[in-house]
Amino acid sequence: MNNTINNTRRLVTSRGIHLLVCSLSIITSIPLVFIIGKVFFEGIHNLNLQFITKPTPNTFNAMIAINNGENIPGGIANGIVGSFIMLILASIIAIPIGILCGTYLAENRHNKFAKCISYMTDLLQGTPSIIIGIVVYAWVVIPSHGYSAIAGSIALAVMMLPLIVRSTEEALKMLPDSLKESSLALGGSYGKTILKVLLPSASGSIFTGVLLAVSRVVGETAPITFTALGCSMVHWNIDQPMSSIPLLIWQFYNDPILQPLVWSASLFLLIFVLFINISAKIINNKSKK
Amino acid sequence: MSNNIIEIKNLNISYSSNVLSVKNVNANIIKNEITAIMGPSGCGKSTLLRAINRMHDLYNNIKVDGQIFLNGTDIMKMQAIDVRRKIGMVFQRPNPFPNMSIAENVLAGYTLNGLHLNKHEKAEIIERCLKSVGLWEEVKDVQTKKGTFLSGGQQQRLCIARALALQPEVLLMDEPTSALDPIATARIEELLLELKKDVSIIIVTHNMGQAKRIAYNSMFMYLGELIEYGDTQKLFNNPMHEQTKSYLAGHVG
Amino acid sequence: MYNIFSKNQSFKTLLNISAGIIPLVCSGILLALVLNSFNAFSEFGFFNFLSSKEWNQSPNNESYGALPFISGTLLTTALALVLCIPLSLSVALFNGEYYKGKTISNVLNTIVDLLAGIPSVIYGLWGFYVLRPVVMSLGLSSQGSGILVASVVLAIMIVPYAASLSAEFIKLVPKEYKESAYSMGATRFEVIRYVIFPMASSGIFSSFILAMGRALGETMTVTMLIGNTNQMPQSLLDTGNTLASIVANQFGEADGLKLSSLFALALLLFIITAITNLIGKIIIKKKSISK
Repeated sequence: MNNTINNTRRLVTSRGIHLLVCSLSIITSIPLVFIIGKVFFEGIHNLNLQFITKPTPNTFNAMIAINNGENIPGGIANGIVGSFIMLILASIIAIPIGILCGTYLAENRHNKFAKCISYMTDLLQGTPSIIIGIVVYAWVVIPSHGYSAIAGSIALAVMMLPLIVRSTEEALKMLPDSLKESSLALGGSYGKTILKVLLPSASGSIFTGVLLAVSRVVGETAPITFTALGCSMVHWNIDQPMSSIPLLIWQFYNDPILQPLVWSASLFLLIFVLFINISAKIINNKSKK
Repeated sequence: MSNNIIEIKNLNISYSSNVLSVKNVNANIIKNEITAIMGPSGCGKSTLLRAINRMHDLYNNIKVDGQIFLNGTDIMKMQAIDVRRKIGMVFQRPNPFPNMSIAENVLAGYTLNGLHLNKHEKAEIIERCLKSVGLWEEVKDVQTKKGTFLSGGQQQRLCIARALALQPEVLLMDEPTSALDPIATARIEELLLELKKDVSIIIVTHNMGQAKRIAYNSMFMYLGELIEYGDTQKLFNNPMHEQTKSYLAGHVG
Repeated sequence: MYNIFSKNQSFKTLLNISAGIIPLVCSGILLALVLNSFNAFSEFGFFNFLSSKEWNQSPNNESYGALPFISGTLLTTALALVLCIPLSLSVALFNGEYYKGKTISNVLNTIVDLLAGIPSVIYGLWGFYVLRPVVMSLGLSSQGSGILVASVVLAIMIVPYAASLSAEFIKLVPKEYKESAYSMGATRFEVIRYVIFPMASSGIFSSFILAMGRALGETMTVTMLIGNTNQMPQSLLDTGNTLASIVANQFGEADGLKLSSLFALALLLFIITAITNLIGKIIIKKKSISK
C-alpha cells in the first residue's frame, strides 16, 4: 500500500500550487500599478493652479486652446467646491446619526429590534448606489421641484450612514465592559458614561470609520448624477444644482476635447482618496497601540 | 544497533534569538517502551519532542542543529513528510478534524498523503485502529457522524487512532492528558501501556505521577538542558542531580 | 443606580430614535421604488415585464421589459466572478496562509486595500481608454465595449472584497489542526486542500456571495464599458446593459411610463442584491456563532 505514495509528485504539486498562488497574487496587484500609472502620466500635465481655481471651460474654448497647442483653460474648481460642500453636508447628517445608531447597536446586543436594525444596516450597505440616487430623486428632487446640492448630500449621507454605524458599533464592542461599569460605579449617568467615557475611548476607531466612509463616498457618481445634477459654475448655494469631481469625470469622459481635464480630475480624486485611505490606516494602527 | 529506535546527538534548537531552547541534548530512546520527558514549563521539553518529527521545519525562525537517528538513519537527511509519516504525533488538546466524520478522521492520514483505499481496506483500517484505542464498541454505530460530539477523552483516543492508522514506528505525545479529567487520563495511560508493544512512545508530561506510572525511562529537562535521564524508578527514588531533586520535591515549576 | 438610569431615560430615548432612522431609510427606499414602479407593473403585468425582451421607446408604441437587463446583469456578474475566484483565492492564501504575518503580505494587503479604494468612475475611465483599445486591437470586437471588458474591470474591482474576507476565514483555521495534518506527513498543499479549505469553506463561500452582491449593483464602471444597447446579449463580446447601467444611462431623460419602468428595474436590482447580501451575511453569522 505504501508503495503508492509518490513523494516527488506530491512535493512538486505542493510547490507548483505555491508558485501559482504567488503568480496570481502578483497578477492581481498589476492593475493597481497600471491604473495609478496611467492616471498619473495622463493627468500630471494639466495639474496647475488654474486647475483648482477655475471652473470647467466650455468645449469651444478648450478646442481653440488645443488647436493653438496650449493647455486647456479652466479647471475643476466647480467640482472641488461641490464635492467639498456635499461631503461636509453629508457628514453633518450622517455622523451624529451614525454614531448614535452604532451606539444603540453596541448597547443592545441581544435585543430583537437591534438585530433587525443590524440586518437593515447590512441591507443599506449593500444597496447599489444608483438606487440610492434615484430614490433621493423621488423623495427630495421631485417634491422640491429641482436638483440641488442638498439632495446630493442626502444621497451621500445615506451611503455613509451604514459605514459609520458599523464602525462605531465595532469600536464600542472592542472596549472592555469594566470601563462602562467603573464609570457607572463612580456615579456617572448613563448618557454621560457613553458620551464622556465610551465614545472618547473609541474615538480613534470611530474617526477611522468616518474617514473610510468619506473616502468611499467622495468618488461616488451614481447617487449624485440624478440629485445634484452638476453645474459649470462655482457657487455656494446649496439649494442649487452643483457639480462634484467624479461627476465631472463622468460627464466628460468620452469628450475627446476635454480629455486632459478628465485625467487630471481623476488624478486629483485618486490622490485625495488614497490619501484619506492611508491616513485612516495610520490612525487606526496608532489608536490600536 | 541494540534496541534503540531513536538516537539524539548534540541537538541544539533556537528560536530567532541566540538563546538556545534546547542545549546539546544527547539521548537514546528504547524501542517499544514509553519514555517520558519532564520538566518545568518553558524547559524545552515540547521543543525537543517536536524536533523528532521535524515540526520545526514549519516555522522558518526555528533553527535545529544536530542529528536525530531513526533506526540508524538521520532524519534530517530524510524528506520531512516521510519522517512525519513514520513518527506520529498526538497533541495537547484533542483535535479531531471538525470537518470530517469519525471514520474519516481515522483515515485522515491516508487522505492527507494522497493514498486511495478501497472500501474493504478502509473498513479494515477503521476497525483495527478504533479497536486498538478501545473506541470501536463506543462509536461503531456513529462512525459517519462528526467526531466533535465525543467526550474529551474519546476525542483524544480518536486522535491516537488517527496517528496509529499510518502504522508509525514512534508516537510522540505532547501532554496528551493535560486537557482531560482523571478518569479519561487513567484510560489513556492504560491504553499507552497496551500500545507500546506495537509502537515506541515518547510522552511529554508535566504530571510526575504519570511518568512514574507508565514510563520505562524518564528525562528531566531544565532550562533547555537534559539534566538527568534514565530508569524512571531510579530517577524518582534516587535522583542524582540537585535540580531533579528539587523539581521532584515540588520546588521548581 | 436605578435612580440615575431613570433620570437618563432621555438619552436612551435619543438612542432609540436614531436607531429608528435606519428602518425608516430602508422602508423609504423600498416604498419609493414600489410606488414609482407601480405604473410599469400595472401596464405590462409583473411577469410579462420580467420576461419581455422589448425595450421600445418610440412615443406611440412604448413597450418595456426587463429580460435583456437581467441577462446582462447575470452575464457580467457571472463572468466577473469566474475571473475573480482564482485571483482572490490566491490573494487570500498568500495573505492568510503562505505569508501570514510577513512583511510581503502587508505589502500585498496594502495594494489590495488601495485597489478597493479607487473610485468606480476611475476604473471605468481606465477600462475605457486602456482595456477597450486592447480588445479592439485583438480583433475581438469592433467597438471594444461590451460585456467582456465590463466583466474584466468588474472582476478587478471585486477581488479586494472577496480576497480580504476570505483571508480572514483562512486565518481563523486553528493552528492545531494544521499541525496535526502536517504531523501525519501531509504536504502544504494537502493541508490546504484537506484541512484549511474544508474548514474555511462556508466563510470563503460567503465572501464570494458578498463580492457578487457588489458586482450586481456596480453602476458607473459598467455603464462606461458595456456599450449601452438594449437588446438581448448573444455572446460575451456583445454590448448590452445591466439593470444598474440602464438606469444610470436613461434615467436622466426619462418620464412617464419609461421612468416608471426604470424604477421597476431598480426595484428588481434592489431585491436581487438584498437577497444576495442577506444570504452572504447569514452564512457568515452562522459560521461565527458555531465557532
